[in-house]
Amino acid sequence: MSIKAVAVPKPRRHTWSGRATILLFLAPALLLYLVLVLLPIVQAVYYSLFNWNGLQPLTNFIGLQNYVDAFNSTLFTGALSHNLMVVGLSLAIQIPMALGLAMFLSQRFPGRTLFRVVFFLPYVISEVVTGILFYLLLQPDGAVNNILWSVGLDGLTRDWWGDLSVVMITMFFVISWKYFGFHMILLLAGLQNIPKEVMEAALIDGCGKWQAFRHITVPLLGPTLRVSIFLSVIGALQLFDIVYATTRGGPVHQSDTLAYYMYDFGLKRQEMGFGSAIAVLMFLICFGFALIYQRFVLSRDVDGATTSYVG
Amino acid sequence: MTATTKPFDDTQGLAIAVPKKHKKQTKFGVFLSYLPLWLIGIAVSSVIVVPLAYAVFDGFKEQGQVAGNAALLPEKWIFSNYGDLITSPVFWRQVLNSVVIGLLTVGLVVVCASLAAFVLARLKFRGREVVYTLFTLGLLFPAAVAILPLFILLRTLGLTNNPLGVVLPQAAFSMPMTIIILRPFFQSIPPELEDAAKIDGCSTFGFFWRILLPLSKPALATVSVLAIVGSWNAFFIPLLVFGNADQWTLPLGVMNFSTEHTSNWASILAFTTLSMIPAVLFYMVAERQIVSGLTAGSVKG
Repeated sequence: MSIKAVAVPKPRRHTWSGRATILLFLAPALLLYLVLVLLPIVQAVYYSLFNWNGLQPLTNFIGLQNYVDAFNSTLFTGALSHNLMVVGLSLAIQIPMALGLAMFLSQRFPGRTLFRVVFFLPYVISEVVTGILFYLLLQPDGAVNNILWSVGLDGLTRDWWGDLSVVMITMFFVISWKYFGFHMILLLAGLQNIPKEVMEAALIDGCGKWQAFRHITVPLLGPTLRVSIFLSVIGALQLFDIVYATTRGGPVHQSDTLAYYMYDFGLKRQEMGFGSAIAVLMFLICFGFALIYQRFVLSRDVDGATTSYVG
Repeated sequence: MTATTKPFDDTQGLAIAVPKKHKKQTKFGVFLSYLPLWLIGIAVSSVIVVPLAYAVFDGFKEQGQVAGNAALLPEKWIFSNYGDLITSPVFWRQVLNSVVIGLLTVGLVVVCASLAAFVLARLKFRGREVVYTLFTLGLLFPAAVAILPLFILLRTLGLTNNPLGVVLPQAAFSMPMTIIILRPFFQSIPPELEDAAKIDGCSTFGFFWRILLPLSKPALATVSVLAIVGSWNAFFIPLLVFGNADQWTLPLGVMNFSTEHTSNWASILAFTTLSMIPAVLFYMVAERQIVSGLTAGSVKG
C-alpha cells in the first residue's frame, strides 16, 4: 500500500551543499543495508554455483548442479513440505482463530484491555525460550502428558516431539502459541479502521450478524488479512530458532524446515555452495509469493478507498 | 494509523454484540451479560499463562520433581535453582552482553534510519522513490536467506567473535521497517514549521536536529522499542557470530545451558524464567509502542 504524503515539502533548488546533505544523510543507512542485506543475497547466488566448503578458494564451478541435487534430495523436499504444512495450517487455523479473537476483543466489555495484553504477551518472549519451555512441557513424561493422565485422558497422551506423525503438529502448536497474538493485533487494528457507520447502516437494514461479518467485516478487512497472510508465509519459511530449540529437525528429519536444513548443510556440514542454493530457493519462493501478492492483491486494495490505511 | 495514534481506543467498540446497559437492568444482569465474554477470555488466557506458570514454578521444584509430575506448585520449595543462577557471574555476563548489544543496535539503527527517513520524507531529489523502494524490498524476504554469505562476509571482515558482528547486521536488517515507520511520521510535520525555521536561519541539519527529532519522539520511541525487543530475542545471527562463550547473549546462554544440563529440568526452567522476565517487564512498560509500531509498520508495508 502506498502512503499518501500528508504534506509534501516544496521542491527546492539543488545546490551542491543540498546534494551533499542528501548523500551524507542517506549514506550510513544505505551502506549498511546494501552491504549486509542485499550483497549477501547476490553472493548467495554466486556461491550456489560452486561446490564449496566455505574455506578454500572458489574454484570448483558446477553450474546448477546444487539446485538439481536439492530437488533430487528427499530431505530438501521434505523440509519444503514441512514449511508448506506450517503455512497451510496457519492459514486454516491460526489466522481464523486470530480473527475470531480480534472480533472478540473489538467488543466493549470490562477487562478486554487486560485480555488483549495477555493474548499478545507471547510475542515478546523469544522463540528460543518458547521452544525450550514447550520442549520440556511436551516431553513423554512432561507436564502435558501428566495432566492428561491425571484427568483420565490416557488415550490423548503422545510422545509429542518424538512421534513422526505428530511432531510437525506440535511444532505448529508452539508457533501458533507465540504468534497468534501478533496476527490478532494486526486484525484488531484493521477492524477498528472499519467505519462504524457501515456496520450500523447494515444492522438497521436488517442485516444478520453472520451476514454482516461475511459481507462487511471480511471484505473491508481484506487488506489487513492479506498482510497478515503474507507475514505468516514469510515467517513460516524462515522458521529456525524454534526448530533449533526443540527437535533440531528430528526425529529423522521429520521436522526439518528450509532455514534449519540450510544451516545444517551450509555450516555444520560445510557445504556452503549447496546451502547457498537452498538460500536462493528460499529467496525465490518469498519473492515469487511477494510478486503474485503485489500483482493480484495489492492493486485491488488500492482501488477500495475505504480499505486504505492512510493517516 | 500513524505511529502516534493510540493503538486501540478502549472506550469504543464495534456496535455488534455489545451488551447494552438498560436502566432497568440490575447489576447482576449486567454481570451475567458479560459472563460469556469473560469465560472465553479466561479460557484463552489460561492457554498462555499456564505454560508460563509451569516455567516459573518448576524452577522452584527439586531436581527430578519436574518430570513425571502434573502438579503446578512444588511439593517442597527449593530456591537454589534460581539462587545459583542469580549468583553466577556467567548469567550476569550474558545479561550484560544482551543489554550492550541491544543498546548498540538501537543506537545505530535509530541514528541511521532517522537520517535516511528525513531525506526520503522531506527532500525532493531524483531517485528518491527508487531508494525508498529499495529499502522496502527488505521486508519481502526473511533474514535467513542472507545468513550464510553474511557469515562468510563477517568472517572476512574479522567481525566474528566481535559484538559489532551482531550489531551491524541486526541494525541493517531492521533498517527497512524503521524507515517505513519513520518516513510518514516525518512527512506529517507541517512544512510551515520548516519554512519558519529556515527564515530564522536554521540549516537543513538544524531543522532535523532541533525541530523534527524532538517532535518525533513518539515515533522514535516506537522504533527503538521494536529494535530492542528484536535484538533481545535474536538467536540466529548471534549463534553464527559468537563462538566464544564469553560473548554469548541470553538466548545463546539459555540454549546452551539446556543442552548441557538435559536432565536438569528445574534449573533449565529457572534459567528460562529469568531470561523471560526482562522481556515481560519491558512489554508491560512499552506495550503501546510495540503494538503501535507493529500495526503501523505491517499495515503500511
